Parts: sequence; C-alpha cells; structure tokens
Amino acid sequence: MEYLIHLAILFAIYATLGLSLNLVVGYTGLLSVTHAAFYGVGAYATAILLTKTGVGFFTSVIFGIVIAITISFFIGVVLSKFKGDYYALGTFGFNTIVFAVFLNWQNLTRGPLGIPGISRPEFFGIDFTNNFTFLILSLVFLSLLYFVSRFIAGSSFGRVLKAIREDETAIAVFGYHTLYFKLAIFVISAAMAAVTGSLFASYITFIDPSGFRLMESVFILAIIVLGGLANLRGSILGAFFIILLPEILRFVGFPADIAAQMRQVVYGMILILLMLYRPQGLVGEYKL
Amino acid sequence: MKILETKNLVRRFNGVNAVDGVSIRIDEGIIAGIIGTNGSGKTTLINLLSGVFEMDSGEIIIEEAQKLTRILPYQISLFGITRTFQNARLFEQMTVLDNILVVVTERNVFNSLFEKHTEYHQNIAEEVLQKVGLWEKKDQLATNLSYGQRILLEIARTLAMKADIYLFDEPFAGLFSEMRKIVSGIIRSLKQENKTVVLVEHDMGLIRDLCDYIFVMDEGKLLAEGTPACVLEKTEVIEAYLGE
Repeated sequence: MEYLIHLAILFAIYATLGLSLNLVVGYTGLLSVTHAAFYGVGAYATAILLTKTGVGFFTSVIFGIVIAITISFFIGVVLSKFKGDYYALGTFGFNTIVFAVFLNWQNLTRGPLGIPGISRPEFFGIDFTNNFTFLILSLVFLSLLYFVSRFIAGSSFGRVLKAIREDETAIAVFGYHTLYFKLAIFVISAAMAAVTGSLFASYITFIDPSGFRLMESVFILAIIVLGGLANLRGSILGAFFIILLPEILRFVGFPADIAAQMRQVVYGMILILLMLYRPQGLVGEYKL
Repeated sequence: MKILETKNLVRRFNGVNAVDGVSIRIDEGIIAGIIGTNGSGKTTLINLLSGVFEMDSGEIIIEEAQKLTRILPYQISLFGITRTFQNARLFEQMTVLDNILVVVTERNVFNSLFEKHTEYHQNIAEEVLQKVGLWEKKDQLATNLSYGQRILLEIARTLAMKADIYLFDEPFAGLFSEMRKIVSGIIRSLKQENKTVVLVEHDMGLIRDLCDYIFVMDEGKLLAEGTPACVLEKTEVIEAYLGE
C-alpha cells in the first residue's frame, strides 16, 4: 500500500509538470527541453530555505516561484530570438547551464552531495510527514494547477497561443505582439514547474543535481507527447502511463539479471510505436 | 485623401531588387489593382506594406500623416491595415470559428488572460462567416476545408478586423465561379463602405471589372499606372505581359 501511495505521489508530481510543459509545447508549439531546470529551481529554493532558514514550506514555494519567474524571463527573452529546431537547441543549452549551476555552486547547493533533511510541510494542524496526507496535498496541487491551466487554455490568451503555434506571422499581422505572449506563457509554465519542484523536494526530503538534468526534461516531454499535446487530460494520462508502465513491466517475467534493461527497451519501443502510429499521442490535438 | 503611399520603396534579396524604388499613391475608398508577371514584385510589395518584410529603404505613408521607415507585422492593424496571403495561411488545427474569434479578441497579454470571448465577439464571427457562407462549418477544423473555403475563411478573417485598408493577395486564384462571385461581391461592398482595397490579381477581366486604378509592376519597378482602360492599352504593358 505504501508503495502504491508513493507511485500516486510521483504520478501527481509528473502530471503537474506535464500540465505546465503542455502549455508551452502543446498549446504554443515551442519545443522546450528546459523544464527540469525550473523544476530544479523550485526544488532547490525549498530545500535551501527549509534547511538553512526557519521559513515555512509555502514561503519557500513563493520564493521558488519568484526565482523561476526571474530566470525564465531572461531565458525567454533570449529564446525569443530562436525558432523551430534552434529554439529546442537553445532550451537544451539552458537546461545544461542551470544543471551546471546546481552542480558547481557548492556553497549554496552542496553540489553533487545534494541537500538532505528537507522537512515535510505542516500547517493547519495537518502533518504531511505521513505519505497518505502528502498524497492528498499532491493531488490538491495537481487539481489547482489543472484549473489554472484550464483557465489559461480556455481564455482568449490560450486561443492566441494556439494561433502562434499554427502560424506566428499570420497572427502577428492581426495585431498581436507574439513575443509577449510567448514570454508570458514560458514564465507562467516555469513558475508552475517551480511549485512542483518545491513539492518534490519536500516529498523526497533529499535532492541533488542529478534529478534536474537534461534527461529529466526529455522525460517530462515524453509524458506530454505520449499523453497528447494541447490537451490537458493528455498530460495526466501521459504521466499515468509513464509512471505506471515500468511497474507493470515488472510482472512480465524478464530474467532477473537483464530485467531492468529489458524494461527500458520495452518502454522505448512503446514510445517509438506510438510515435509511428499515433504521433499526436493518446488524446492529443496537435502533433509536433 | 491619399490613404496609402510609398516613396522609393526598396527591398533586395541576395542582391536582386525584388522591389526597386516603387512609389505609389492610393486614394481612400478605391479598389487599386496591382498587376505584373510572376516575380515582378507584387507580393513583395504587399509583404512590405504589411510589415512581413522589412524595407531596405524608402517610406510608407498612411493617411498622409504617418511616415514610416520601418513597420512591424503587429503594428499594421493599428494603422487600419489587414491582409490575406497568396497561399492561405490559416490556423489549421483550430476551428473555423476560432480562426475568426482569435482576430477579434483582446490584444493585450494580461487582459487576454482574463477574457473569454463574449456574445459580441461571437456576433462579429457569425456576421463575417455568414457573409462568406462558412457559418455552417464553424466547428470544423480549418485544415479540413476545401481550397476555395480556405480562401473565403482568410477573407472572412480580414473582414472581422473592420480595417480601413484591405490588402488582398490573389484572392481569386483557383476559385470556382460561384466563389469568385462571393469574393467580387465582398470587394465591391468594401468599396461601398468607403474602405480601400489593394488587389493583387492576374485576371485582366477581373481587374477591368473591379479596379478603379491599377499599378503595373515589372522586375520590381513600377512600369505604369492609371485607370485600367488606359493602362491596359499601353504598349509597354502589353509587351511586359505578352512579350514583344
């Protein structure tokens, strides 16, 4: 039971990350692979503040949001110079830079040693050291950010994002300064990822840079590509499959010495087949 | 009043002058045609007027007051200009209705976040889609429309802008006669509303029929201008089209 709760918490965390990334990739058509960097910013903000100062969890979340907004604003301005594949390469570069900062700014992040002893939140008399209560907290965060995403996607702003995705020049001649819209959604998405990072740090109670490398960004991207781009339910569905699939594969009965590798192979094969036969993902409304 | 004017407009691509010192003056409320052979610079001129291409030199003057040496795409609607593209550029994975709603809702980032389209926006969309006969298809994705319907949707999108100057880049190309009638009717009704239309077109019959004034372009330069009856009789124009 404890293990199922652990999986459910991971699902909630990755579904939330998927929701925020889908706003950038699925709705706006900007292929970003730097999401783990903002997720890491939130995680480190919470980890550092909770272990070195006396502030509470929610203060650390707000602090993480502010840092993520600041960093993503500058990254977003630079990225606005790029389009298409170059945009993706630019985000690739920024994730690598932020990862290098986590790894090398040892006075602040303790580098590869990581930060242990991050406390779980506690408020209104509810103790979140218990995994079940933490699951409820994770689901509350997921629901909250789902409604935020739905609000954005359903607004006039969300419709402009889709138009930018479809043809940026065409929407620009109708009076839209597309740079502002792209920058705004990039910053909003980064702030949402930072919130999830705070939640993750507080749940795991230990973080190190390895959790926020480029592969983590690719993993989050895989969630939304699998579940479906430009569909919020797709992010949740994608997280559900990607978190549960390796667990289901445990029951396939691969020989013990190669089981882990075989699971990765099957996992990769499923993704390739899906891209071949259903490139828009399970419930996607747009394909890259 | 001269609503739209260019002075010595120049745009080069890899050393080739696609538009080479073009100066035109267009009166308010007329249908002005731009004709010329393929590669003569007609579409480049439209792209310069709409900010899609930056001009290398020259000036665009709007309503005899706004003198612009640089114009960006998102600014043209502020000057009352809207346009269609030579190859319809729709928001393919969006519905027909959303293709219209997106051009009538809030431009400001912050305000648009807190805006959902209203009955007012819906009414504008219905009005323009009814005009081009696409209201019944409002829930279809734009990508599923036929070629002619795509052109009509693009025109509907410009109508929703309620602009002063409409730049139409070959809106009749590849249309069946019924659709050509719809587009002609729309262009005529814009003129009746004292709107200005700049029409790039190859069909001389349509040019004679619709335009009050035409500009003939050849190899990036303005070759001739005047009323269709007058210009289309000129020897240099006939030579440019048919060869010597």
